[in-house]
Amino acid sequence: MSNQIIVVIEHLKGNIEDISFEMLGKGKEIADNTGGELVALLIGSGVDTMTGQLGIANKIIYIDDANLAEYNPQAYSKTVTEVVATNQPKIVMIGNTSMGMDIAGGVSIDQDMPFIAYVSGISSDGNTISSSLYGGKMNVDSSPSGDGYIVSIIAGSFPVDAGRSDGSPTIEKTAAPDLSDLSVHFKQLIEPEGGDVDITSQEILISVGRGIQSDENLPMAEELAGKLGGAVSCSRPIVDSKWLAKTRQVGKSGLKVKPKLYLALGISGAPEHIEGMKDSDLIIAVNTDPNAPIFDYAHYGVVQDIFDIVPALNDKL
Amino acid sequence: MNIIVPIKQVPDLVEELEINSSGTDLDREWLKMKLSEFDDHALEEALLIKDDHGANVTAIALASDDIDKALFAAAAKGADQLIKVTGVEGSSTHEAAKAMANVIKSMEYDMVLTGVQAVDDRDGQLAVLLAHYLGVPHVSVVTGVHPSDGRVTVQKEYGGGMVAEFEASTPIILGIQAARETPRYVPVAKVRRAMRGSTIDEVDAGELGVGPGSTVSKMYKPETGGGAEMIDGSAEDQAGKIIEILTQKGIK
Repeated sequence: MSNQIIVVIEHLKGNIEDISFEMLGKGKEIADNTGGELVALLIGSGVDTMTGQLGIANKIIYIDDANLAEYNPQAYSKTVTEVVATNQPKIVMIGNTSMGMDIAGGVSIDQDMPFIAYVSGISSDGNTISSSLYGGKMNVDSSPSGDGYIVSIIAGSFPVDAGRSDGSPTIEKTAAPDLSDLSVHFKQLIEPEGGDVDITSQEILISVGRGIQSDENLPMAEELAGKLGGAVSCSRPIVDSKWLAKTRQVGKSGLKVKPKLYLALGISGAPEHIEGMKDSDLIIAVNTDPNAPIFDYAHYGVVQDIFDIVPALNDKL
Repeated sequence: MNIIVPIKQVPDLVEELEINSSGTDLDREWLKMKLSEFDDHALEEALLIKDDHGANVTAIALASDDIDKALFAAAAKGADQLIKVTGVEGSSTHEAAKAMANVIKSMEYDMVLTGVQAVDDRDGQLAVLLAHYLGVPHVSVVTGVHPSDGRVTVQKEYGGGMVAEFEASTPIILGIQAARETPRYVPVAKVRRAMRGSTIDEVDAGELGVGPGSTVSKMYKPETGGGAEMIDGSAEDQAGKIIEILTQKGIK
């Protein structure tokens, strides 16, 4: 096993995603504390210029291959596994993202490494790892057995800025593994359809979750949004139930918002939702469950039935 | 076309969760369990494919309390075959995946659809682990599956509402984030009929050796309310206080 901490860099349409910098910052902290080497693993095609943003790393492993031009679950999984096999790192950090969820588990099995998912904290010595489970209602601390491990990090767990710094890492250009026999092929990226409202530009969001119970109850939230001059947004289950359009969804697979007011109505606050709204200026949460994780992130919390509070607000406004 | 859908029960998060006396796991004595919502979506997507193209759908689950009911509910919704895998003691997803792989590798299948994640899969998501034990390609965070002539077009969700489309040959393992439609509802009477009309095949999990894992030292509740100033009183009082805050902050 080497003393390497490998961070798998995630990028889309020419931009390095924030999660990459979060992991680089955390990786740097562990590397400094343990005498480790921080390695950024950059996979793609013709993305040489991105190396300039990865100055915090001691080394960049850059794999440039036409088969890796677009993200491909099978090709990226093979490539990451190959790099891990060659370098035998102490830690592999990957985002608990759409990409990371394709890859991390496979590395764990193919390289016989412990895998700890949904990670929101790692101690500076790298030995204690905190996962956020049960929809954010429980944290679990654990320690990996064996040499080396892989973790998938929940976006928003570490500061982004800590991973941005100048430097002159060595760049190791490495060939991709044989990708000639892929059975999964990228076809196209489909951009989200424009919705009636762009929730990312709204200053006030009245956001509804499972607690709204039925689409028949949406008008009270819309009335409140109207009175405050904002718009209605929502958590994932509302979109899955087709009560609101995908363009209204806040969270990991939806949109990231940062309004002046985020009023969360009946949203429990699973990590996937928190990712999308935790940087809002003012968060007020209403939930009947006093243990709802949303209260960890809200500035003000109200334990109350939304069917009592919303009509009361509408009356008073 | 044969589709296999691994399902499992998870704690119902609507209920209060308590920690056991050793402080490392949930107190499971009174825990109310329900079908993992992502598995419900995986089953729905499989049944939508069956509706559109015709398919034989097998629901498979590890033996656990109440799992028979979940399997019969799957049959009531349209699953053609039910399998219960016995002999798994541990709770790791690696072991669950190994057990499923042992059983599935001797079955004929075109696709395995299972939930993209579960609320308790601390050591990783089942779909990707299963795929690697089987040595079959995998795509996760899937929101649409469209088979055609031995190939399948898969929609995979990225952040920001962006979707990527992939084409793959079968067999393939897919982690389903959301079905194209809201999972169908099945009345209790229909589940009861399924209990009388369907059988659950029991299969032994086989050899369960998996690689190194991790040891839990502590389970704890995040400090709820740590960040929030709580507003007490009646709904009227609370609404009044919220408006006061909005006025102070210049929002109203």
